[in-house]
Amino acid sequence: MTSQNTKTEMLSGAAMVIRALADEGVEYLYGYPGGAVLHIYDALFQQSKVKHVLVRHEQAATHMADAYARASGKAGVVLVTSGPGATNAVTGIATAYMDSIPMVVLTGQVMSHLIGEDAFQETDMLGISRPIVKHNMSVRRPEDIPYLIKKAFYIAQSGRPGPVVLDIPKDMTMPHERYPYQYPESIKLRSYNPTAAGHPGQIKKAVTALLKAKRPVIYAGGGVIMGQAAEELTALARKLNYPVTNTLMGLGAFPAADRQFVGMLGMHGSYEANMTMHHADVILAVGARFDDRVTNNTKKFCPDATIIHIDIDPASISKTINAHIPIVGLVKPVLSAMLAQLEQKKAQPDTQALATWWQQIDEWRTVHGGHYDSDTAVLKPQAVIEAVSRITQGEAYVTSDVGQHQMFAAQYYKFNKPNRWINSGGLGTMGFGLPAAMGVKLNYPDADVVCVTGEGSIQMNIQELSTCKQYGLGVKIINLNNGYLGMVKQWQDMNYESRYASSYMDSLPDFVKLAEAYGHVGIRVTKPEELQPALEKAFAHKDQLVFLDIHVDPKEHVYPMQVPGGAINDMFLSKTKRT
Amino acid sequence: MRHIISVLLENEPGSLARVVGLFAQRGYNIDSLTVAPTEDATMSRLTLVTHGNDQVIEQITKQLHKLIEVVKLQDLSESAHVERELMLIKVKATSGEQRDEVKRCADIFRGQIIDVTAKTFTIQVVGTSDKLDAFIEALKGSAIIEVVRSGVSGIARGEKTLTL
Ligand SMILES: Cc1ncc(C[n+]2csc(CCOP(=O)(O)OP(=O)(O)O)c2C)c(N)n1
Ligand SMILES: [Mg+2]
Repeated sequence: MTSQNTKTEMLSGAAMVIRALADEGVEYLYGYPGGAVLHIYDALFQQSKVKHVLVRHEQAATHMADAYARASGKAGVVLVTSGPGATNAVTGIATAYMDSIPMVVLTGQVMSHLIGEDAFQETDMLGISRPIVKHNMSVRRPEDIPYLIKKAFYIAQSGRPGPVVLDIPKDMTMPHERYPYQYPESIKLRSYNPTAAGHPGQIKKAVTALLKAKRPVIYAGGGVIMGQAAEELTALARKLNYPVTNTLMGLGAFPAADRQFVGMLGMHGSYEANMTMHHADVILAVGARFDDRVTNNTKKFCPDATIIHIDIDPASISKTINAHIPIVGLVKPVLSAMLAQLEQKKAQPDTQALATWWQQIDEWRTVHGGHYDSDTAVLKPQAVIEAVSRITQGEAYVTSDVGQHQMFAAQYYKFNKPNRWINSGGLGTMGFGLPAAMGVKLNYPDADVVCVTGEGSIQMNIQELSTCKQYGLGVKIINLNNGYLGMVKQWQDMNYESRYASSYMDSLPDFVKLAEAYGHVGIRVTKPEELQPALEKAFAHKDQLVFLDIHVDPKEHVYPMQVPGGAINDMFLSKTKRT
Repeated sequence: MRHIISVLLENEPGSLARVVGLFAQRGYNIDSLTVAPTEDATMSRLTLVTHGNDQVIEQITKQLHKLIEVVKLQDLSESAHVERELMLIKVKATSGEQRDEVKRCADIFRGQIIDVTAKTFTIQVVGTSDKLDAFIEALKGSAIIEVVRSGVSGIARGEKTLTL
């Protein structure tokens, strides 16, 4: 068939929105209807390719889409109405932005001729979202819809990924006004061409510096996860036999069970990871951004280290810490190129220096080693995570909320695969955990999906238990119930002489009954010996949501914890011990 | 250090707001900003004067580059360039003595008197920002009524260009 014979389809703006999503390969759309998007919802109703998930609050739609993106690497898609629908999505957009997660958010808007008149449910969503998106656009002519949707996906998923908002005035979607539809196969922008391969000269320099190292460390972040480069990173690390530390966002980029893994680094990083960093002479930073929660005081950061920094975003390089060998590019091809050069080179790492270095690291491992008081009558949150890690063999998708429970999950769950640890690292959004778990479970129905949460965080999006029922999302909720906004309490213990200003929550609901009221299974655990049977029971319920309300020690603190203003290796190791 | 950054920007709704928003969000300074379409109406050229240490300026240029609508940019102050700013200044000129003094001053700065009334002169001066500052300083004696400055526009000298 020649293109001349092809009859161009004529579609309404609303139908084009849905059709473009289908042509983009989108299976699920997360959203909530309202006046400005009713034409689009009607178009959605009249087809079956794109399925819609009706949440109970728009924030949850954004987190579901976001978590799908974190697990799959592909952009999640959200549809919300104008005004309050759009503003409810703001926290989720900011969450995705801070962690560089690809997402396309379609927001309804009032009719074009009403824009600027303070019309009913009008908010300037382009203005509101500008600082928290990779890009945003609005539809000015219905016939541009296919192009704009393609552009939104292209921008969201390429380079350093991020959320893109497309604002759609209602009159762009009129059902009876039809326009020729054609979905562009690809898009080229003169103003946006992200680099892919790194500079060969810089890569060569980096390999030379790496081979000269006597006390090397590989510091890998979320860029390795989103850049689908865990395999290359692992191969490189194993070839060199260098220690690896992952950031909070990078957990799973290198298997936790591997001897070369020294744990997470940073504020609640392991003693050995922070010590290894501080004493390193060469740091290979891969898809990580020297965030303040990693570096602690930048002036005292790793004084002896030559820093090699691979990142897709040039603005992340030398932003807080100066990089000696910067490499701008996608981590995957850059790591592959480094590996290829190592294969060819006759030079080997300095095995003797490396042996001494490993001996030192192994000594550091004995200092704290994730120790916590385990033989107590009250259940310890760390023990719960260890048990969950065992029962799921480090293979589950684990989402979390924000607080102590999040740090315990990061420290004690042994992530052996990338894209399995799903948490809001940059924004620290309480309320993320449950919707995130839902987004993963919907797309990976056969996988174990665990949401580690706290009694504070879970209540921020508890209404989604209803959505879980509607779509049969059998996630396992591990509620580490300590009766406090524990992380706040910990700071108050350490810095405010235990004055617990608003960190205690009275009148908590009976979570077991609450889960049951929503049609799920609820199990309460109050004693250490009840834990294992409860977990076994929970994971045996393959298709049911099980809410485990686990009462843990309210006095527990997260350690290690960096001393404010100190170097990366200045840490509190327990309530009584510091480095 | 003072820097003049030239930016080629897609001439789309909201693209200027994005540039200005970036400076506000990240706490960068804007000393002056001019913007207008180029010979190609789909593109605007923006000239931004800012100051900061090397690290801040590096971040500014990198963050500007990240904006999807920024096509190209150049730090003009890194090499030989010409910069010009236009100023319109209205001064009180009532007595004959005052009027002579203002005229003399305008001549020295190669200014042009572009509007005259019985009580005022309006003068146009073009030059570097320093020159305009100096002119204001020179007129301090007479009563300045109103000052309008365009902000700096600049272009690289010689072969160097900022074009597609
Ligand atoms: C939306 C939001 N509001 C406030 C905070 C500040 N904050 C961080 S951790 C925390 C306490 C969380 O309590 P809980 O969910 O019970 O977890 P725990 O620390 O007790 O494990 C708070 C209030 C936040 N991160 N997000
Ligand atoms: Mg709590």
